[in-house]
Amino acid sequence: MESLNFIHLDLTNALYLFLVGFVGGLVSGFIGSGGAFVLTPAMMSMGVPGIVAVASNMCHKFPKALVGAIKRAKFGQVDVKMGLVMGISAEAGVLLGAHYQELIKQHFGDAGSNLYVSVSFVIILALVGGFVMRDTIKSYRSGVMEQEKPGRLALWVQSIHIPGTMVYFPSINTRISILFTIPLGFATGLLAATIAVGGFIGVPAQIYILGMSSLMASATELVIAFVMGVGGTIKFAWNGYVDVRLAMIILGGSLFGIQLGAIGTTYVKPFMIKLVMGVIMLTVLLSRLLVIPVYLSQLEWIAPMEAASISLLKNASFAIMILALVLGAGIILVAMIKGRKTVAEQPVLLKKAA
Amino acid sequence: MTPHTKTSNSFVPVIGWGSASVALYFLLFRYETQILDWISQGKWFFIIPILIAFSFSIVHGKFTGEFWKYMGIHAKH
Repeated sequence: MESLNFIHLDLTNALYLFLVGFVGGLVSGFIGSGGAFVLTPAMMSMGVPGIVAVASNMCHKFPKALVGAIKRAKFGQVDVKMGLVMGISAEAGVLLGAHYQELIKQHFGDAGSNLYVSVSFVIILALVGGFVMRDTIKSYRSGVMEQEKPGRLALWVQSIHIPGTMVYFPSINTRISILFTIPLGFATGLLAATIAVGGFIGVPAQIYILGMSSLMASATELVIAFVMGVGGTIKFAWNGYVDVRLAMIILGGSLFGIQLGAIGTTYVKPFMIKLVMGVIMLTVLLSRLLVIPVYLSQLEWIAPMEAASISLLKNASFAIMILALVLGAGIILVAMIKGRKTVAEQPVLLKKAA
Repeated sequence: MTPHTKTSNSFVPVIGWGSASVALYFLLFRYETQILDWISQGKWFFIIPILIAFSFSIVHGKFTGEFWKYMGIHAKH
């Protein structure tokens, strides 16, 4: 086995990763995923080879998801059975997604691979993120922010009875055919292998197609992320790509964040989960949209761009990606502080009323 | 629900789990060359990062949980 040159790690880089890990963990603890997309480019900007960055990111994700899932299971928000069923099918999606990535890289090189990732980001985030955001605004305008009911699609899915495939899931309190859950898990894994955040498909799919509540879906996503993360880490570690130091520094920050994000879910209205997810997805969409011309020009599908323009677009894209994470974390913290304040004031208000 | 009570939480578990977490990080960086050398060989050495990740998730996860508890950040009951 060829020995890889793992980077020299200094204190500044370690603190940087710890901080990004914390913010990413906070978002993941709250919406079930979404914190990891910034970590791979963050590590690569420090000089970590791409595949080592992906592998190390994966290695921090599964222990983080484990801690988050246990925490949220204590609040009664996790459907373990759903998480395992979808997680196992997601694993198959990860393998196929990784295979696609390798094929594209072989045929079109790094620029082709980057273009594929960015276009996938833009299409999926525009469709799913736009839908989530529209639903969030609708809930806010109608004033129905406390209770969530399954939509028409979810009710139809729940009404379909296919003998031999029906499984009872506590989160929706009904039996559902695994012929629906398996493709959804598979799509989650496929996306995780492509853009590193399967939850951008997994969580909305659980809410809008299976009829789970936002709280249950975001918590159950952590079980799916754990199953996918273990499998992915084994795959990368088998080839010797994991830099465990990077993974554990990120984990150091993200475990502080994920505990806080998980606690935050108990103080906010369910629609806040959709709001954070929608805001992050649409901001990341903008980030990826900016770099598409760069990869098109590298593939010579459009006129070549100047080095200064490429650098500007790449830096702006990375800055917007960080902004997405900061925006999400900011909304979570504000909502949590408000929620805690309301809870703290309740005994005083009750006393006054009495 | 008492979101702002700090006094009811013991500092002992924070110190205990925090020390264990620091010890794990110390060991990881004290022996980083050896550990990275094993990991880079791949194959059955895959077990090393998996075991390290599980150990950190248990110890550091417990520490971070106790830390927020001590800081008075609890879940709403």
